[in-house]
Amino acid sequence: MGMTMTQKILAAHCGREKVAPGDMIMANLDLVLANDITAPVAINEYRKAGCESVFDKEKVALVMDHFTPNKDIKAAEQCKMVREFAGEKGIVNFFDTGEVGVEHALLPERGMVTAGDLVIGADSHTCTYGALGAFSTGVGSTDMAVGMAYGKAWLRVPSAISFVLKGKPSKHVSGKDVILHIIGKIGVDGALYKSMEFSGDGVANLTMDDRLCICNMAIEAGAKNGIFPVDGKTLEFLKNAGAKQPKVYAADEDAVYDEVTEIDLAQIKPTVAFPHLPENTRTFDEIGDVKIDQVVIGSCTNGRLSDFVTAAEILKGKKVAKGVRVIMIPATQKIYKDALKLGLLEIFIDAGCTVSAPTCGPCLGGHMGILAKGERCVATTNRNFVGRMGHPESEVYLASPAVAAASALAGRLASPENL
Amino acid sequence: MKLKGRVIKYGDNVDTDVIIPARYLNTSDPNELAAHCMEDLDKDFAKKIKPGDIIVADNNFGCGSSREHAPIAIKYAGISCVVAKSFARIFYRNSINTGLPIIEIDAEIENGDELEIDLTAGEIKNLTKGETYTFPPFPEFLQKIIDAGGLMNAMKTM
Repeated sequence: MGMTMTQKILAAHCGREKVAPGDMIMANLDLVLANDITAPVAINEYRKAGCESVFDKEKVALVMDHFTPNKDIKAAEQCKMVREFAGEKGIVNFFDTGEVGVEHALLPERGMVTAGDLVIGADSHTCTYGALGAFSTGVGSTDMAVGMAYGKAWLRVPSAISFVLKGKPSKHVSGKDVILHIIGKIGVDGALYKSMEFSGDGVANLTMDDRLCICNMAIEAGAKNGIFPVDGKTLEFLKNAGAKQPKVYAADEDAVYDEVTEIDLAQIKPTVAFPHLPENTRTFDEIGDVKIDQVVIGSCTNGRLSDFVTAAEILKGKKVAKGVRVIMIPATQKIYKDALKLGLLEIFIDAGCTVSAPTCGPCLGGHMGILAKGERCVATTNRNFVGRMGHPESEVYLASPAVAAASALAGRLASPENL
Repeated sequence: MKLKGRVIKYGDNVDTDVIIPARYLNTSDPNELAAHCMEDLDKDFAKKIKPGDIIVADNNFGCGSSREHAPIAIKYAGISCVVAKSFARIFYRNSINTGLPIIEIDAEIENGDELEIDLTAGEIKNLTKGETYTFPPFPEFLQKIIDAGGLMNAMKTM
């Protein structure tokens, strides 16, 4: 019986020829990640256990991105604690305001993950790096503490669902529509404990940003990881980012999957996930008049340069609807700077949008755009749970940057296809 | 190990954002987290629970974020065990790692039922309904973590 791409990476990281679904393994880690919310809990555990030096000063990343620039005194204290820990342990990859970006945009951009790596992060969207041909998954703070101390994590080897992608997405359809379409189809626990392995001719028609976005939301289907095969685009991305030498794994021809699903990218339409679950997806033929109060374009899902290029194409020379607050959050300093150089920020400001420093901010209801009771937001983020972006009676509609920008102009949910 | 308590019942997809809303994640103090546990789903949760109460839910309990604050908030709120038809994977490992007892079982348990749970024997007695449900033991590897009182301790012997 052959192995999936994920299983091969896991086998290579526990010194075994073969692994099978359900096997419990202790895997060696290439990178361990935490943020300003999850690191403090990990550090408490680390200190309580009396651990001294970290397993590898280069392989721990502490990214202060969630409640930064520090939103209040408590958030400032948490960052201070992590900052002191990083200093004390000599952790090289500590990122603070001025240098920081949203972790899952920042790490790939800085070449900190390469194909074939095994990465855990105390953040559920760590699954993003599957786009680079790595195994990466979200864990908790105790896992993170153990990872920092020993460079190891326990994992149950997952089975997989194969998604065979065909065709080419139409003009206004991006990776976000693809992953929302898939989650709408299989549900928020449709891939529980499993890998989502993407393949097929359609992969070549997806940009790296599309793939990062798709893998980012694998967790929203309950998956352990999402993963793409490594191709020319991946290798070029890794080279440009200055990542270390990639190790390319491919699924065996006789790999066994729980299910094989074919997705025709050409058939996918702009898709919106209605409150309060990412599986509540609708296309515009099923969407009536939904008036909105806010738009957020940003996050680890859709805060990359191409997302802002798309938004700027739609907003250029126009004004956002009166009464709609539009917040643009480039995910990293580099994306911010590139958007500035390309004139995108000027387009946004002229259109009546505000531009924020890189932060996770409103995505998880932290700061920089919290919703009042009854308010509705179209967001390019990843979750629309009850109270996710503010008041428990507010609503979040998940969509692509194109849909978000079109909706900003219309003041209601709007398709970029109707502009 | 035996646990006894009254059931507080929820449905599918109880996510970590309602277990502990992110607006309270600017602290890692377990008691402060516990004070806001389940607040956006069940406003009076912290007030109404008695130590030892058991959360019972349907599918995909704990979906969403990786925040370990979720099992910590539940544990420090006084909940002795979470029983669900299925768990989201990060919540599952966080519970094992931090020593919150969890049981994956498909049983018809209702709000207010009194349960007696024998974790070692793998048995739930529904004292209200006079029914008994059995659940399989944890894989040996996970049992070691549980027996050690969490992953940090377990690592010392692995």
